[in-house]
Amino acid sequence: MKILTGNDLRTGDVVWWTGEGWSRHVSDATELGDNAPDIMAREIAARAVSDCFAIDAERTESGILPAHIKDKIRATGPTVRPDLKLEPADPAAGNWVI
Amino acid sequence: MYKYDKYDQQMVDTRVNEFRDQVERRLAGKLTEDQFKPLRLKNGLYLQLHAYMLRVAIPYGTLGSCQMRMLAHIARKYDRGYGHFTTRQNIQYNWIRLEQAPDILADLATVEMHAIQTSGESIRNVSSDQYAGATADEIADPRPWAELIRQATTIHPEFSYLPRKFKFAVTAADEDRAAIRLHDIGLKLVKNDKGELGFEVYIGGGMGRTPFVAPLIRRFLPADHLISYCEAALRVWNRWGRRDNIHKQRIKILVHDLGAEEFTRQVEEEWQAILPNGTDVPRKEFDRIASHFTPPPFDTEASDAVVRSDPDFTVWLDQNVRAHKQSGYAIVNISLKPIGGIPGDASADQIDLLANLAERYSFDEIRVTHAQNIVLPHVRKADLHTLWQTLAEAGLATPNLDLVSDIIACPGLDYCSLANARSIPVAQKIARRFADQKAQEDLGELKLKISGCINACGHHHAGHIGILGVDRKGTENYQLLLGGSGAEDASLGKITGPGFDEDGIVDAVETAANVYKALREDGERFLDTYRRVGMEPFKEALYG
Repeated sequence: MKILTGNDLRTGDVVWWTGEGWSRHVSDATELGDNAPDIMAREIAARAVSDCFAIDAERTESGILPAHIKDKIRATGPTVRPDLKLEPADPAAGNWVI
Repeated sequence: MYKYDKYDQQMVDTRVNEFRDQVERRLAGKLTEDQFKPLRLKNGLYLQLHAYMLRVAIPYGTLGSCQMRMLAHIARKYDRGYGHFTTRQNIQYNWIRLEQAPDILADLATVEMHAIQTSGESIRNVSSDQYAGATADEIADPRPWAELIRQATTIHPEFSYLPRKFKFAVTAADEDRAAIRLHDIGLKLVKNDKGELGFEVYIGGGMGRTPFVAPLIRRFLPADHLISYCEAALRVWNRWGRRDNIHKQRIKILVHDLGAEEFTRQVEEEWQAILPNGTDVPRKEFDRIASHFTPPPFDTEASDAVVRSDPDFTVWLDQNVRAHKQSGYAIVNISLKPIGGIPGDASADQIDLLANLAERYSFDEIRVTHAQNIVLPHVRKADLHTLWQTLAEAGLATPNLDLVSDIIACPGLDYCSLANARSIPVAQKIARRFADQKAQEDLGELKLKISGCINACGHHHAGHIGILGVDRKGTENYQLLLGGSGAEDASLGKITGPGFDEDGIVDAVETAANVYKALREDGERFLDTYRRVGMEPFKEALYG
């Protein structure tokens, strides 16, 4: 499956397309349909995000998660600073071997 | 330290206002991201993995307490309470908001700092020896020359749209602490037989995807012609640089393709052509710049005595403190590599503390090193113990300078959008594996450098042990390199063989260290043993 992500234009925060708007929580992401190019063009034009792009994701027990490690780290924050994460810190983050 | 004159200040203030306008136009939709991106990059503002990242220039790694306090203020007010000191002697902040970036630049301008040319295809921060002006082994302070280059190349219209980024390093000692031969232009101050000051000029070094050690292009360039000669080299590159291929744009590729001899011929020819233009700076102007770098008012009666009764202090003293040219004084290295910490990171409180300590103990001077540590260059020996106690309380007294846990690591995949693998967790695990102080000291000088991708921001090519993180089918994998050096004996590391996973690379480093311990001869560093015995014994132990 594909989901849409980008960076908030003003703050730079990583954001995820929810189907209606943008959320800072990847758990709010929604699966992209065929209208991805239209959404991307519209949202960039509206200056909600500086840029956006579709990525591979998978549905897990804890919800939708990006498939690739780079996108996982974008979603959860630096693995070496669990104190800076949006979500409650994952104590195993520093030990990820993916 | 150099102080801005009214022209410097006006230029920086104007640039802040210009950028404020550009940001406003971007937020108002009058500029697209494609139009805005090159503008923000010219002011050091990247968009990284999690947020905007701002890289602030610290010219040749030298700054004063008031500037250091501003760096802490920015970390606290605009970021998340910390900053990351980089291998270009700069600092970068990882959590910047675009709408606040102009305010940050305005704050920086109040203390004569900026972020101009810390990104983009421009001439980047000029780096230098962190011991400049303090060490006895230099023939002159290289910083006035670095400052001259900085001024000559900042917002220079001819060099604002180069084929690719361009990096200078300047030193003045036989011991190369600035990796000059791994720069686009590396300059070493020397004297000729007549006692005249000049430069050995190395051009075409660099790391990244295609690493080269720079060849010597000119054995003696009279110092007064520094700017015109560098300009000639830049012109030759600007003329022939491969703008059609991003992987072949750096000057090192041109020097390699033309050959050092032909490249030198073209530079000399260009130099002769532009010499009559009078681009060299009048001696009077150089003297004006140099007047900012006069030695501090040392106490010539200061004692050389240091009480060594505290064993922990003595360990730190022997490992992190270096000889000063002035009797009664010492150069203090402050490690930003606590065991298990993040190399190069410092909290706002630590940055503030370092500013206070510099003000109190080091004539207000601080240096940032390319190995991501901090130096207080002029500390009275009588103050060393008190200084150490304060550093220890703040977690800043790790006695590991140049030891295996003094690791250079790029931000890697934890922060960087270019990275393929994480660097920091690997550095943390290696540091913990070798945490025992005695064991580290037994290994001796061992420079370990980690990059999270082929761009080599972590200088892995120049590590006695280098580690390169790669993406192998979506999984982090780490290649091991041996035999690199960024010092006066510059060399490029060679890959041992197949890569390792995150835990495997930690084991591999320990295996390589054990091979060294088994084979070393008296007085040999890891690098010396590797160079004597070659790769085979290491490969045998690593792969069987």
